[in-house]
Amino acid sequence: MATVKRRQSYEGVAVAVPVTVPYERYSTRTAHWFLGRAVDALVQASGIAKEQIDGFCVSSFSLAPDTAVGLTQHLGLSPRWLDHVPTGGASGVMCLRRAARAVQAGDADVVACVAGDTNHVDSFRQTLGAFSNFARDATYPYGAGGPNSVFAFITANYMRTFGATREDFGRIAVDQRTNALKNPHAMFKKALTLDAYMAARPISDPIHLFDCVMPCAGGEAFLVMSEERARDLGLPHAVVRGAIERHNAYAEDPIMVRGGWRMDRDDLYAQAAVQPSDIDFVQTYDDYPVIVMMQFEDLGFCEKGEGPAFTRANTMTHDGSFPNNTSGGQLSAGQAGAAGGFLGMTETIRQLTDAAGDRAVPDARLGLVAGFGMVTYDRCLCTGAVILGRGEGRS
Amino acid sequence: MTMPFMHPSRKNPVLRTRQMNLPPWARGRVALGLTAAAAEGRFELQVCQDCGTTQYPPREVCHKCLSVSLRWREQSGTGALLATTTLHHSNDLYFRERLPWRLGLVHLDAGPTLMVHLHGDVAEVGAGDQVPTRVRVGARLDRAGQAVLIGFPNEGSAHMADDKMLREMTSDPKFRKVLVTDGKTEVGQALVRALVKAGADIVWVGHAEPWKKLGGLDDIASLPQVTLVPLDLTNGRAVTALAGAIGGKVDIVINNAEVHRAFGIGARRGTDAAKAEMDINYFGLLRLAQEFGPALKGRSADGQTGATAWVNLLSVYALSNFPPHGTFSASKAAALSLSQCLRAEMRPAGIRVINVFPGPIDDDWNQQMPAPKLAPDTLAHAIVKALRDGVEDIYPGDVAQEWLERWRDNPKILERELAAGGS
Repeated sequence: MATVKRRQSYEGVAVAVPVTVPYERYSTRTAHWFLGRAVDALVQASGIAKEQIDGFCVSSFSLAPDTAVGLTQHLGLSPRWLDHVPTGGASGVMCLRRAARAVQAGDADVVACVAGDTNHVDSFRQTLGAFSNFARDATYPYGAGGPNSVFAFITANYMRTFGATREDFGRIAVDQRTNALKNPHAMFKKALTLDAYMAARPISDPIHLFDCVMPCAGGEAFLVMSEERARDLGLPHAVVRGAIERHNAYAEDPIMVRGGWRMDRDDLYAQAAVQPSDIDFVQTYDDYPVIVMMQFEDLGFCEKGEGPAFTRANTMTHDGSFPNNTSGGQLSAGQAGAAGGFLGMTETIRQLTDAAGDRAVPDARLGLVAGFGMVTYDRCLCTGAVILGRGEGRS
Repeated sequence: MTMPFMHPSRKNPVLRTRQMNLPPWARGRVALGLTAAAAEGRFELQVCQDCGTTQYPPREVCHKCLSVSLRWREQSGTGALLATTTLHHSNDLYFRERLPWRLGLVHLDAGPTLMVHLHGDVAEVGAGDQVPTRVRVGARLDRAGQAVLIGFPNEGSAHMADDKMLREMTSDPKFRKVLVTDGKTEVGQALVRALVKAGADIVWVGHAEPWKKLGGLDDIASLPQVTLVPLDLTNGRAVTALAGAIGGKVDIVINNAEVHRAFGIGARRGTDAAKAEMDINYFGLLRLAQEFGPALKGRSADGQTGATAWVNLLSVYALSNFPPHGTFSASKAAALSLSQCLRAEMRPAGIRVINVFPGPIDDDWNQQMPAPKLAPDTLAHAIVKALRDGVEDIYPGDVAQEWLERWRDNPKILERELAAGGS
């Protein structure tokens, strides 16, 4: 039997030019508009001509029936490498992984990774009912709560099993809001106190209002290229130190108590040759605070079940002992559909290229971005994580 | 414990009668297997014929061994409640109008994890509770006529049928107003007694040709809940007149009027008997549906005792012709087909159409049929039970059950068996 080939290094790959198409609660535009703005922002910010973008990787829910294919014609792109990554909250990590390999293999020189969605007044409801076959058949007819009710189960079970309290989740939400106040792109502009978090109206018990993201329209994008190319172009960049993904992990668990990160995390840290304690800040995927807590555990910052104590022992603001979601995350910046899966990536590139302004993490050299996406039935199926480091040389 | 459902107060006539918003009805073709079983009161999931793995949500391929030999198999439904939630927000109008709404996540002993509507008697999964709460999952048809799963308590309580969520799935006659289209038959009279016993507020009982005195009607008429109304289903004007008088109040229509003559084709000249059968069994249903159908649809969201169901007394002969009762079989087959049309038309309003397929009833027209025959009381109780359980199709009695089994196995073989005398 042939031995399993070791995963090759991501050495030499640069991630650069984080752009954000400002979020709007509702928009009459289509996804194409937001994705088009994102590509334009990449071109403007990088000085790279549209024609030189020869790799294109797209994530969007509201683009249908179009895919990345139709978007090339719409935007007048002619890439020699194309991908459409339908993994929602995990698509930032997954677009990066695919783009990085394309660059390493020479299939593309400059890959634009773009995510964006529109949000019409009724589009969230329509997305929920037709999100997946399993959702249509086995969750939506049960109260039509969308992911709120699924994560209410997961949260209730986690609280019961590990003794987490609403206050523990509240700390995560409150610190993220503190970060958001220093992010000009964040939808939420008012401070959140723990009292206000606790007093919020119930949505799907024990999920309350500030445990939920606000669906909105917007876009996020970045470029992937070789380090050499980024240096030549004079683009501030981060480098890829390691990256993992996993789908439908731990399917035998009757209810989600751990995510696929746990299955591959040793590989992640081994690739980067670092320990969890070396990481300066994390961008967890925050569809719900319980998932943030699970990522603290499953990515090795504490043991399973220690998440509540870990949040009590740390401050998670950008200048705190364990900076988490320094942009405010989706809970406070908003969830612009699939762009929510890119938010941690663009924020991490900003942090590692000294572009995070007032919310900079002091002396940030290593950042971890985690992704989590696609609640097709009773949990999200896609998990991923990437460790980015400060680009050596010019930055 | 479920509190008994109390008699609702009188409706405020000034307020608008609310219209039905159905719960989400979209399902994939595979998932309709759950609905097909629930329509007959069974909870079935797909089980892999190669490796035995129970599957959920419904699918095409076994998630364990990739076999495509998945068969729907009845489930005991026992399992452990993992978590509960109470919805205070919904993206769907049906639920929005009925919040708060309780849901559960159940780990079925058979393997899969199920999201379910939760009966009010199911306890919370308490903090620090090491013993999982045991539940029993069943399938019911919701107001859209699609199967949904419900988590029931392991131990039933006296009034558990009165659970607010469960009443949405069923058509309990309690405190409802019912029309029974023929009170002159033994079946009709048994039905009236069963409905009164089940707590119906009013039972209107149709009687055609009032000058023909038949036994039993006076006993029925003396019940305080009962009002006799003239109703001849062959007379379109009479049906219209009655619908004008009571159509806006009826919550359940039970169409039990039928003509039954025991002939095939050759044993009787002409078409008079066959026409009479069709005129009641088929056209009677059509006339009734045209007049009472719209009235029921308009009141299907009218409070907790709003319009809810339509019952057709068909016959197991509707599935396959029984030559000694050939024209009767044909009229019931026509009625079955029309009833499917009625069901489709009532569905947008959330009115359940229940088809009843009895074997030979123990009445005068089946005098020469050998036993076992279905006692009118047994049939009446089966119909009330169908209303309470919220099922769509019932086949009461041993004969009907056996014919159904043969028909499901192979309709062509059954045709040959019936041609040979039905044994």
